[in-house]
Amino acid sequence: MLFSAILTGLVLGGTYALIAMGLTLQYGVARIMNLAYGDLIIAGSFGAMLLFTAAGINPLIALFIVVPLGFALSWLVYALMLQPLARRSPNRDRLEGDSILATFGLLFVIQGVALVLFGANYQSYSFLAVPIDVLGTTIAANRLLAFALAVLFGVGLWLLLTRTRFGTVIRAVAANPGSAPLVGINVDHVARLAFALGGGLAAAGGVVVSMYLTFSATMGVIFTMKALIVVIMGGVGNLLGALAAGLILGVVETLVSSFIDPGLTLAATYLIFLAVLVVRPQGLFGKAAR
Amino acid sequence: MKLLTPLVALAALAAVPFFVGAYPLGLGIGILGYATLATAWALFSGPTRYISLATVAFFGIGAYTVAVLADLMPYPLVLLCAALIGLVVAVLVGLATLRLAGIYFVIFTFGLAELVRQLVTYYEVNVTRTLGRYVFLPIGPEHIYWQLLGLLAVTLALAFWISRAKIGLALRVIGDDPVVASHLGIGITRTKLALFSLSAVVMTLAGAIQAPRWTYIEPSIVFNPTVSFLTVIMALLGGPNRLFGPLLGAVPLFLLFEWLSANFPNHYSIILGLLFIAIVFLLPNGVLAAADKFAARFKNKEASA
Repeated sequence: MLFSAILTGLVLGGTYALIAMGLTLQYGVARIMNLAYGDLIIAGSFGAMLLFTAAGINPLIALFIVVPLGFALSWLVYALMLQPLARRSPNRDRLEGDSILATFGLLFVIQGVALVLFGANYQSYSFLAVPIDVLGTTIAANRLLAFALAVLFGVGLWLLLTRTRFGTVIRAVAANPGSAPLVGINVDHVARLAFALGGGLAAAGGVVVSMYLTFSATMGVIFTMKALIVVIMGGVGNLLGALAAGLILGVVETLVSSFIDPGLTLAATYLIFLAVLVVRPQGLFGKAAR
Repeated sequence: MKLLTPLVALAALAAVPFFVGAYPLGLGIGILGYATLATAWALFSGPTRYISLATVAFFGIGAYTVAVLADLMPYPLVLLCAALIGLVVAVLVGLATLRLAGIYFVIFTFGLAELVRQLVTYYEVNVTRTLGRYVFLPIGPEHIYWQLLGLLAVTLALAFWISRAKIGLALRVIGDDPVVASHLGIGITRTKLALFSLSAVVMTLAGAIQAPRWTYIEPSIVFNPTVSFLTVIMALLGGPNRLFGPLLGAVPLFLLFEWLSANFPNHYSIILGLLFIAIVFLLPNGVLAAADKFAARFKNKEASA
């Protein structure tokens, strides 16, 4: 029972880590705190469901359609909405405030579109819902697949950031956007790409979520919240931190819901968040100085 | 003499229930409720620029307290209890987040309403075994109207007093530059905490006073996140740094949303979101500031001509 709960928790945590990586790119590099992030995840879930139920397209294939769409949509949002705000802002605090307000508005737009198209009901579809035996406990194949995908995306992103020239440029902007232009980096351009990349990851997370969880048009806020908590726990811009924090959050949530009460998972999430804020506001793995 | 105008305005507004029917009175209650929420929001968020997205958490706490306690004690005592609970929650949230950078505060308040809603739901389902409560109080709409009017007047008076008092100046310094503020010897966290709690208590009372209107109360009704959203957008439209800014934003937007929800119930939240983005873009400091700018430009032109 305990082992099974921990296994389920790790699988869930893999998804949290995946969606948090996109947000940490957006916030760490583009400096945009995107409150509509979770609604993009839900949009990805609806996309995968629509492709699966209407056209019979396997969610794994759907990734190749939904992820580029998420990338393109985020690219447009940044270019049309957030870049003008960034240009207008005299300092980082002002940009943070304005971008929070603007993406708060965007949250209601995306959610409204989803409500018009799909209604407010909980949705799900059945894909690979066959039990598989893992070390004596059974777990659904779609959950294992979701975990594998999270690992795949995580490793891919990590390799991109640490092993390629583009990744180095992204990390340079994250480390110091003021000095990056001195070495010939176009910060505007990199920020836009990083924001779009984060959007692509959100869409991927949405497809993964739709394979094994029920979702609804108004659930975006909860995903945003969890992604934010994972990002802050792991330290802003820290990929491995996000991975560890995501797994911790997934395991704690599953333990709480299977041994205490499913109605208290969000409270548990918040408690962890509070503890991190009070003890280590720079994140579990973040550097001390701000 | 200076006091005369607001007092006359207050008396005129207080006389409204004697002359209008049920529907306009309902609109009046809605406007007063949102005007109170927006003014209370701007009380803290205007000068500090900390964006609170938790309005409905306090609003809902107020309404729920009334639903739970209405049968147990006299009404004024219920309101007092609601205010106290709101105060305690605000102090806890503030202590945890206001020491840190503003972003943590925003994120924390962003999910607070959802957290409170889930906790109340959990409690009702597991402990009292009933989801949803009835409020039967002998309080008519005109009494709710007068109470809200009183609360709004008190909030505006407080906002006016704070803008003149030392604490208001301290708050503006913190909003402009926290480093300078700490060098001046301003207790940053203490000042922010005091103002945040004050604004939260007003929001809690606004929820408590309006509770008898619903008759039936359920977590998903009183913790509706749209309330937080509307409050922010109203305060921003009018201008959160002006005394009457939030009030001025609340009146037209409430009427607009009332009309939208009657005529475009399905596209309500899309229109709302687009409007919000437009306000952030076009009127970053509110209508009043934009009007001042326009007036100044007009004057300059006249002077040069």
